[in-house]
Order: sequence, then structure tokens, then C-alpha cells
Amino acid sequence: MNLTLKVWRQKNAKAKGELVSYQADHVSPDMSFLEMLDVVNEGLIKKGDDPIHFDHDCREGICGSCSLHINGRPHGPKQGITTCQLHMRSFNDKDTIVIEPWRAEGFPVIKDLSTDRSAFDRIQVAGGFISVNTGGAPDANVIPIPKVVADEAFNSATCIGCGACVAACKNASAMLFVSAKVSQLALLPQGQPERYRRVQAMVAQMDAEGFGSCTNTGACEAECPKEISITNIARMNRDYFTAKLLKSEE
Amino acid sequence: MKLDAKIPQGPLAEKWSKHKFNLKLVNPANKRKYTVIVVGTGLAGSSAAASLAQLGYNVKAFCFQDSPRRAHSIAAQGGINGAKNYQNDGDSVYRLFYDTIKGGDYRSREGNVYRLAEVSVNIIDQCVAQGVPFAREYGGLLDNRSFGGSQVSRTFYARGQTGQQLLLGAYSSLNRQINLGKVKMFTRHEMMDVVTIDGEAKGIVTRDLISGAIETHSAHAVLLCTGGYGNVFYLSTNAMGCNVTAAWKAHKRGAYFANPCFTQIHPTCIPVTGEHQSKLTLMSESLRNDGRVWAPKTKELAEKIRKGELKASELKEDDRDYFLERKYPAFGNLVPRDVASRNAKEIVDEGRGVGTSGIAVYLDFAESISRLGEDAVRAKYGNLFDMYKQITDENPYKQPMRIYPAVHYTMGGLWVDYNLQTTVKGLYCLGEANFSEHGANRLGASALMQGLADGYFVIPYTLGDYLATIGPKEIEANHPAFEETKKNVVDRINKLLSLKGNKTVSEYHRELGHIMWEYCGMARTEEGLIKAKGLIRELKEDFWKNAIVTGINEEFNQNLENAGRVADFIELGELMVDDALDRKESCGGHFRLESQTPEGEALRDDDNYAYVAAWQYNGDNQPESLHKEELVFENVKLTQRSYK
Ligand SMILES: Cc1cc2nc3c(=O)[nH]c(=O)nc-3n(C[C@H](O)[C@H](O)[C@H](O)COP(=O)(O)OP(=O)(O)OC[C@H]3O[C@@H](n4cnc5c(N)ncnc54)[C@H](O)[C@@H]3O)c2cc1C
Ligand code: SF4
Ligand code: FES
Repeated sequence: MNLTLKVWRQKNAKAKGELVSYQADHVSPDMSFLEMLDVVNEGLIKKGDDPIHFDHDCREGICGSCSLHINGRPHGPKQGITTCQLHMRSFNDKDTIVIEPWRAEGFPVIKDLSTDRSAFDRIQVAGGFISVNTGGAPDANVIPIPKVVADEAFNSATCIGCGACVAACKNASAMLFVSAKVSQLALLPQGQPERYRRVQAMVAQMDAEGFGSCTNTGACEAECPKEISITNIARMNRDYFTAKLLKSEE
Repeated sequence: MKLDAKIPQGPLAEKWSKHKFNLKLVNPANKRKYTVIVVGTGLAGSSAAASLAQLGYNVKAFCFQDSPRRAHSIAAQGGINGAKNYQNDGDSVYRLFYDTIKGGDYRSREGNVYRLAEVSVNIIDQCVAQGVPFAREYGGLLDNRSFGGSQVSRTFYARGQTGQQLLLGAYSSLNRQINLGKVKMFTRHEMMDVVTIDGEAKGIVTRDLISGAIETHSAHAVLLCTGGYGNVFYLSTNAMGCNVTAAWKAHKRGAYFANPCFTQIHPTCIPVTGEHQSKLTLMSESLRNDGRVWAPKTKELAEKIRKGELKASELKEDDRDYFLERKYPAFGNLVPRDVASRNAKEIVDEGRGVGTSGIAVYLDFAESISRLGEDAVRAKYGNLFDMYKQITDENPYKQPMRIYPAVHYTMGGLWVDYNLQTTVKGLYCLGEANFSEHGANRLGASALMQGLADGYFVIPYTLGDYLATIGPKEIEANHPAFEETKKNVVDRINKLLSLKGNKTVSEYHRELGHIMWEYCGMARTEEGLIKAKGLIRELKEDFWKNAIVTGINEEFNQNLENAGRVADFIELGELMVDDALDRKESCGGHFRLESQTPEGEALRDDDNYAYVAAWQYNGDNQPESLHKEELVFENVKLTQRSYK
């Protein structure tokens, strides 16, 4: 197939960006979306031009590096997958495809399609852990955990930290991402001792990073490649208010 | 230099405890006077950084991705071994030790492997305490599955995303230490060289991948936890950024490189579809618990399938050859990876391959689906089946998967002693980047175990011994060695940027990959290897004349990053070929066609090759010197491996 791409090009964080058109010809439907961009980049490099920069690594939907806004949707038109898992068979010959970076105050553009998502790490640093030292852990089977609970914690834990939820949200809210971690640890017995301290610390950091508030539009859940459920946000809100109550009782 | 592996004397089961007792300790109040650099934040690096910081050392950690959580460990699928014997099926530390030594085709150290098996039980405890949501049974206890090369169920897993969950666990521990101010994290930083003063590692030079700034960092010790080099083959199951640069630079500074030719080719990957392909996707070994590997019995039937005249599901039972079950009745589909891969290659070479290219065999779930039901199969492997469908546009619940071997893991790496120290003092190497425990073939679910063993339970003890010896005096950050090393790095970057030829770096990488796969892949011959050596030399020369590297250093420049990595891969490729040439025996994943049993299995030559080959760098384009560390077996008897 032959395609027209409109790609956001921006030299660096300070430069002004713009959409630039490229022609991608002889694209095979078996190619992945990123392989299609590789081919375009090979052509640019051959001409001595700067290739289109984008983040990627695993190319199998698990590292959370890739992060393209494709035709107005984070990770493109298909449900439940990341950009690197998208194949060109999802497009038609002569299509025009608009490719942009994540757009959110919390994720400033670094160059072209690459953004700075370090705010996510800082939120995790604020409290996304169980304070357990290396060594001295009790036998792994000492505390049985009902399968349904373990499975539910696992579902929350599959978040890949890509940021699509933020990019999809009109308020650029990071609630889905934050609540996924809060839920995982709040569901497990090991996470109980720090449960309320954790949620407060993570929410405070989230607010400090400039992410917007949640108005329950559900766009995050719809666009999340790992189909993280919005129930996590409800769980987090519950814990957050309980934490406040506990604090006022102290 | 005589290689001293420093394996403690005494009975196998007491070596590690005794050694721990004999290691010097750093007094708690002095720990904060030391700085340790940890390069890499995969399982090995994150666990090491978190554990060392917890002890009180100041840690500086580095990774090239935008977050420590994105290290390649995140992609591991199937599981992690632990000799817990929760299934009461006869597992023990000794059995895990034995399976690993045997699986590695007797080319690893008894002492190291025993220690690995011993601490494997602590790893599972540690991870559960961190909140890693392993799979559980209805009674609430942990579930296990089986992996290749073993007859017990000792693999712990979190659906098909075990690496992700383990890494997020280690990342959370790392985050806790960042929060406490004990770890300073540098993301989007690439290590470009190691700084040595009087032969001891005292720091590194890095490039900030966004601004291009070249920086120096000093420390009392440097830990390389930088992962494997499978991408030397261009196509592999590794993430795109996986590289050898850190290990290679250390090699050039005096760290010996051990067994570089020991590469693991994983039997179950999605076959290549075309030239544009940038990477290959693994279908986890855990699938061989329930999937059956087969090919059509005759060339004629295979031909019909390739032409689309016949569907796999239409083939009669009698016309199918379940070749692993037929040849290895004891282990069946769960033979080790090297054996499974070689057999698949044989089928394809005989003309019995399937798929349009004919370069694939089947992995079939029809029998399991009819026995267990589609839902049960989905619960175990759902995400892998989805991944397969996404890539191939075929439904594996209805049609068998097409699979073929692909490069997956590198057993070779920097030589380390029992303390994980390289031949450069103060320079340590952990995880896939070192050569240690897996011999000539790694068993499934053992890499995650090794990475975490190194980081959580080995280095916190062994590093202290070195630090106590050198004492907490400050590192001279103004020592001229830092400026000199930095200058070398800058010069090389400028040299790369001056390349304005006509061939892209990726084109060179792809060519290197072809050479390596063809001559240093699943089957190797003296003739082929000699040819490969010539081809790699030519490629290297051509690269430094005709490659194109765009842009400047002082910007985010992915083309420049890639150029540096590929240049290092080309040099490594030559060493791998040298190593494969030296080792005239077959063992594990290293299959020399000249050395096979009458049944076509790898034929070892223990009299002449029961050694670790450790290579010393002697300067650009100079032949490297080979040092041999003889392997001593006091507990297991070396036999021809049999899985029949
Ligand atoms: C698809 C796949 C599935 C797998 N499944 C399993 C499994 O089920 N069970 C199992 O046991 N094993 C599995 N493995 C193997 C296992 O995942 C790896 O061997 C292991 O995770 C390696 O961990 P590591 O910490 O050594 O390195 P990595 O996780 O690769 O981390 C390397 C780190 O080093 C950093 N780095 C590298 N170079 C530089 C540099 N120059 N400068 C700065 N930083 C650098 C990177 O940023 C990264 O943080 C699998 C491997 C693959 C490819
Ligand atoms: S919640 Fe979903 S969209 Fe948001 S970061 Fe996690 S995986 Fe990405
Ligand atoms: S590149 Fe890893 S998720 Fe897309």
C-alpha cells in the first residue's frame, strides 16, 4: 500500500513544532507500524536528513516505551494494544495517517514524537512500593491469598506505564495509572501496613506534577492498551478518603 | 594472568555459607562513605542497586531507557525457577543444581550453580513480600508449572508476564531507595566507557542521550548489569535497544570476555515474515507444557500445506510426526531448548517445514483444548495467544501455531569469579551480561532467577569484601584518567559523526546479522566460521568508510546511538567467531557439525574442552589471547546428555 504520513516534527523541547508530510510507499500489510516508520527513517537517513525520533524498545507491547498518537487516538485505532503491536493491515491503501506525540502538560515533548514521562517515575518513587528489605522475607506460602484476589491484583499490576490514559483524557489526568499501583498493593495482604500512607503520597505527587483531575469520562479505560479497569480509580478514591478520615482522627 | 575463579574449598553445600563468613564486612557507619555505580536497571541492576542502598552505600544507577522499569527484563514471559518443592514432586536444591549443570551440558561451575539453586528459594520469598502477584491455586498457595530440561514443576509465574511482575517488584524496591535518597537515578544515560586507575575501576563516562552531554562519574566500584548481546544477530527476541556496548568497553579496558560463542537459540518463536522485520517475538517455553510440536510426516504433505492445498488441522493423526515425543520419550516436548531447536532445523532442512516460507514447524494445542477446554487454555496462555494472533493474523485456538527457532539469550559474557568480579578489580558484572551459571545452554526460567540471585543475594555480600579492602577514602574525581577516558569517548563520537557515506547503520547491522546467523548460528563448521571472519572484517572496514551517521552530538540523536552500538557488535561478532573456531567440540547451543553422536546429538569432548574460554583484548585488529579456566567436577559425573 501507499500512504501519506503527517508527522509531528519538533527539533527539541524549546523549538516550535509542525506537522510534516511524508510519503510511505510499498508498505506491506505484515509490517508493524513502527517497522513502517523504520523504513521511512531509512529513507531520511539516506538523504542525510534527521530521522523521526520516537521511543520504542521491546516492540511487543510490554515495556511501555512506544507512545504515538495515531489519527487522534493513543496507540492507534485498535483496542487493547500498543503502537508497536499495531500492524499495517489495520490501514488501507492511500490512507493519510496523522502521527503526533502524547499531548499533556505532564509529558513535555523532548523531540518529535518523544515525550518526557519521568513524572510517572516520580509518582512511583513517592510511594509505589512495600517497604521490605532484602533478606528476611517470610516463606512465600506463609500467607495464602485467595486466587480471585491475587488475580485482581495481577490485573492492576499489568499497567505498562505508557501514559496513554493521560494522553486520552481531556483533563490529562493520571488517575488510571496511579490507581493501578495503589489498587495492586491495597488488594494484597503485604500492602496493608502502608496502604493509607501510600495513597496519600502518590496522589500528592500526582497533583504536584500538574496532572488534571478526574471527571469520570472513561476515556482512559477505553484507550488503555492493557485494559486497566476504571474500578481501580474507585478503589483509590475510597482509600484516599479513608486515609483522610484516619488522619483527622489521629 | 592466571585465572582464579575463587571458588571456595569444601563440600558443595557448605561453600557459600563458609564463603560468606570469610568475606570481610564494612562497618555500618562506614558504608555511607562509599559510592557504587550500577549500570543497568533490569532484574540484576535494580535488585543490586536497591539491596546495596539498603545496606547503606550511596548508589548511582544508570539506564538508557526513559525509565528503569523499561529494562528488557520486563519482556520475560514464562517464569522463574525456585527449588521450593511446594509440589512435593521430588524437587530439591540439589536437583535444581543438577538439572542446571546437565542442561548447560557440563560447561558451568559446580560451586556457582549450587549457590544459585540455594538462593533460588529466597528469591521467591523476597518477591512475594514485595507484592509480586504470582499465580495461585484456589487454596491461596502458589502455583507452579514445568519448564524444559526438568521433570519437576518448580517454575513460578505470573500469567505470561513474569518478567514484568518481577521487574516491577525490583523497581519498587529501587524506588523506595530513591525516595530515601540512597539511590540517584540517571535515566536516558548511556555508559560509554569505564574509567580505570592503576588497573582498578573507579568510574564511568556517560552520554546524556537528550542533551548529548558527556559526563564522568566516580565511584569505589562499578557494577555492569547491562544485559545480553543477542542483537549481534540483528534479529532476536531481545528488545531493540539491547546492546553489548558497556560490556565491550569493559572488555577493552581489561575485562576478559568468556564463552562469547555460547548463544541460545529458542525453539518457539514466531517465524520471520520479510526483510522489513525488525525483531522476533518469542512464544514462551511454558507453551510446551500443553502444546505438541509436530511436522508433516512427508515432504509431499509439507509441500501441499505450503501451497495452501491442505490445512494443518485437516492432516490425519497418522500423517503427523510429533518428532520430539518420538525421539525423546522421557522428556517429550519438554527437552531443553538447544535440542528442540536443532530438531526443528533438521525438519526444515529435510523439506518438511510449513508456512509459506517453509521455515516453520507446528506447535499444536488442539489436544489440550479438547482435554481442558478453551477457557482453561486461555486462562494460562491468553496473552501469548493474543500476541500470536496480533502478529500473524491467525487464530491459534483453531489452527496450530507456526514456530521456528530464534536467537534469544547469550550464555557468554564478561568473565567473573565466584564474587562476580571481572578481571578488572572493582568492576563487577551481574545478570545476563556475565558468563556464569548457564554453561553452554540455559534452562528456561533460570535467567530471571540468576539476575535476581546476583542482585539480591550475592553482590551485597561479595562487594563488601572488596570495599573493605580498599577502604572508604575518597575517589580522586580529578584524576587525569577521567579526562583521558572522556576524550576517547568524544573522539570516537566525532569519528562516527564524520561518516557521511551511503549505507545506513541498520543496513550494516542486518548484514552482520545474516553473517552471524548463517555461520555462527544453530550449526557451525570450521569452513563457515573462517569465511565469516573474513566477511566481518570486510564489513567493519566498510562501516568505518561508508556508513551514514546524521546530526550532531549535542542533541537527541538516535542514529548516533545506534551507530555506536552496531560498531561494537561488529567487533564482538569477530570474537564470537574466534571462540566458535577454537571450540572444536559441540556442547549445548554450540553445535559444530564436525562433532556429533551417531544420532546427531551434540558430542562433547571433555578431555580437551572442559574449560571456560576467557578472551583478553590486545588492541584494535589484534588477535585476542585465550585463557582457559579448567572446569572441575567433584560432584556430578560427566555423561553424554540424554533426554530419551
Ligand atoms: C522475550 C524474552 C522472554 C524471556 N523469558 C524469560 C523467562 O520466562 N524466564 C527467564 O528466566 N528468562 C527469560 N528471558 C531472559 C531474561 O529476561 C533476561 O536474561 C534477563 O531479564 C536479563 O536481565 P538483566 O538484568 O541481566 O538485563 P536487562 O533486563 O536486559 O537490563 C539491562 C539494563 O542495562 C541497561 N543498559 C544496557 N546497556 C547500557 C549502557 N551502555 N549504558 C547504560 N545502561 C545500559 C539497560 O538500560 C537496562 O536497564 C527472556 C528473554 C526474552 C528476550
Ligand atoms: S493505565 Fe493503561 S494507559 Fe495508563 S499508563 Fe497504565 S497501561 Fe498505559
Ligand atoms: S515498544 Fe515496548 S510497548 Fe511498544
